Amino acid sequence: MTKKEDVLIPKLGVVTDIRRDTPDVKTFRVNAPEGGKVFEHMPGQCAMLSIPGVGEAMFSITSSPTNKEFMEFSIKKCGCVTEWLHQMEVGQEILIRGPLGKCFPVETELKGKNLLFVAGGIGIAPLRSVINYVIDNRENYGTVDVVYGARSAEDLVDLKEMQESWSNIDGIDVHLTIDREQEGWDGNVAFVPNYVKDLGFTTDKTVLVCGPPIMIKFTVAGLQEIGFQTNQIYTTMELKMKCGVGKCGRCNIGDKYVCKDGPVFRYDELGELPAEY
Amino acid sequence: MYKLSIDNLNELFALIGQDSKVYAPIERAGQVEFFLWSVEEKVRLDALNTVKSAKGFFFPQTEVLYKTKLEGKKIEIEAAEDAEEPTVYFGVRACDVKSFDVLDKVFLSEPVDSYYAAKRKHGTIVSMACSKPADTCFCGLFGIDATSPAGDVVTWIVGDTLYWDSKTEKGEALTVKVKELLVDADDVEVKKQQTEVKEMIAKAPLHDLSLEGFGGDALDELFNSPKWEALSSACLGCGTCTFVCPTCQCYDIRDYDSGHGVQKFRCWDSCMYSDFTMMAHGNNRTTQLQRFRQRFMHKLVYFPANNDGDFSCVGCGRCLQKCPQSLNIVKVIKALGGKKND
Ligand SMILES: Cc1cc2nc3c(=O)[nH]c(=O)nc-3n(C[C@H](O)[C@H](O)[C@H](O)COP(=O)(O)OP(=O)(O)OC[C@H]3O[C@@H](n4cnc5c(N)ncnc54)[C@H](O)[C@@H]3O)c2cc1C
Ligand code: SF4
Ligand code: SF4
Ligand code: FES
Repeated sequence: MTKKEDVLIPKLGVVTDIRRDTPDVKTFRVNAPEGGKVFEHMPGQCAMLSIPGVGEAMFSITSSPTNKEFMEFSIKKCGCVTEWLHQMEVGQEILIRGPLGKCFPVETELKGKNLLFVAGGIGIAPLRSVINYVIDNRENYGTVDVVYGARSAEDLVDLKEMQESWSNIDGIDVHLTIDREQEGWDGNVAFVPNYVKDLGFTTDKTVLVCGPPIMIKFTVAGLQEIGFQTNQIYTTMELKMKCGVGKCGRCNIGDKYVCKDGPVFRYDELGELPAEY
Repeated sequence: MYKLSIDNLNELFALIGQDSKVYAPIERAGQVEFFLWSVEEKVRLDALNTVKSAKGFFFPQTEVLYKTKLEGKKIEIEAAEDAEEPTVYFGVRACDVKSFDVLDKVFLSEPVDSYYAAKRKHGTIVSMACSKPADTCFCGLFGIDATSPAGDVVTWIVGDTLYWDSKTEKGEALTVKVKELLVDADDVEVKKQQTEVKEMIAKAPLHDLSLEGFGGDALDELFNSPKWEALSSACLGCGTCTFVCPTCQCYDIRDYDSGHGVQKFRCWDSCMYSDFTMMAHGNNRTTQLQRFRQRFMHKLVYFPANNDGDFSCVGCGRCLQKCPQSLNIVKVIKALGGKKND
């Protein structure tokens, strides 16, 4: 009998570094047991991580494919799998399968464009992959603006990288905001959608927006008010997923399977789907 | 075309069974299901629909995907083995044979599901034409001819005689294997039966349904129809309809901890269940109306949109027979379909 290979069968990965970003978000570095990456991906694609006996869940690969050494996942603690992942120590083996889903069109529609990234909370995870990809292929893209917000200053993921690395690159502007005033914070205070509107961006930009559904909705509405078209806006969708390859039926909305046809969608494509997400 | 006396069926099954597994409609505890054949079993080729459909041949109700073990920081993983045992499925009706086309579109499209593909590859389908369609049958709506099913071998029972006609390479190979039991036959009796049965089908209660108004183009209008409220209000969310349905293929993937390791298995799931789409930040289908609508919109609108207009229903009538609340796809087609259904 032949031993099987199948997209449902994961490979082994090893956690080689763990960083605490916020009270409930940690970023995990994952390598293949023999070193290097478990597989290649493009920005916006995801992977299923699992632990025997605990379960399997979908996560954005937050590192850029231009990182040739390892993959990273920023994970928010909110249930069985994520709690288990949060108590891991370096050296832990995990199961990983992917890459799953479609990427942001970094090599096609986004090429040569001025880019505006808008993220809320853990929504930075998929965008961080794109931003670092754009930085590493700087000549292929125009200006970059990053608007990032969270509940409080402590909840901003990857803050150090934004302040120390991204902010110092020519043509990249980082705009941070938090929901409520707090001691020691001299930056902006506003909900992300309002901040985006206040910043009054020119409509020559292509927008990539990720975060809680309600944030995405209001951000897009605000952008439309200042003249953006829905076909200039990309986002990602989050639905319950099991197979990740368009077969188990779980993430089906209209004639789309979010795992396979997404999770990245152009906003005008979403408008054609039944309002069920 | 060949024939054999139905008194020789056990010999036929025994001969096939020498180097294959044989599944046939078998009665146990008053219910007819496809079970592994042995001489002691009560084969019921006269029974029309098995309770559960034939989808489990290739997409079993539960199946282990791989075994894995967590010990401290180490993980072991061992993939399941491919099914490579030749298997003959005997007595599959036209609707269930057609359901394999629907399942193929899901499981054999890229990325191919190798678990399904292996079982499909090693399976030979011996179909059986219907001679007494039920009042709940409406396979004709989907272009299925119950008197001339697809399959590797097609059979008809007329009186005490089983007629046998092979249609594919696999069917040819099976025919060669059982040749000693078959004698040459003409198709006069078969043709006669086909004509009679077609007349019965033309008068059956559901013969004049129409799919006018369904398919991918009608998405918004059908999704937003106010009729879903009345159609779904009695639904219990029990999932019976999805489990007996030959074309429902939603599944779950879960862990079973045996104490000596974990089996990662998949099992049938149902879009009718309240936790089907439950996720960390909420649930996008919180009402039974939404879930009920999803099942039928998928079969009649979303699936055709992705599959050249083919529907994900084969008119087997199982949901008409089994729903405890008498809800079913026919009521949906009648309520939402074109004028022809009035
Ligand atoms: C395409 C995609 C990309 C994603 N990318 C990321 C990412 O980059 N980072 C990230 O952090 N997440 C990401 N997610 C979300 C992630 O998949 C979910 O957070 C994850 O599935 C949660 O899994 P879990 O097993 O920890 O939670 P579950 O155990 O499934 O918990 C889900 C919910 O149930 C509740 N719950 C859990 N246990 C119990 C209990 N015993 N009793 C009652 N209620 C309970 C929890 O509070 C939670 O609300 C992504 C999802 C998708 C679809
Ligand atoms: S339609 Fe009928 S069989 Fe299906 S879930 Fe509802 S009550 Fe159960
Ligand atoms: S929806 Fe009903 S009639 Fe159609 S294939 Fe499924 S069980 Fe049979
Ligand atoms: S997660 Fe299975 S179909 Fe999308």
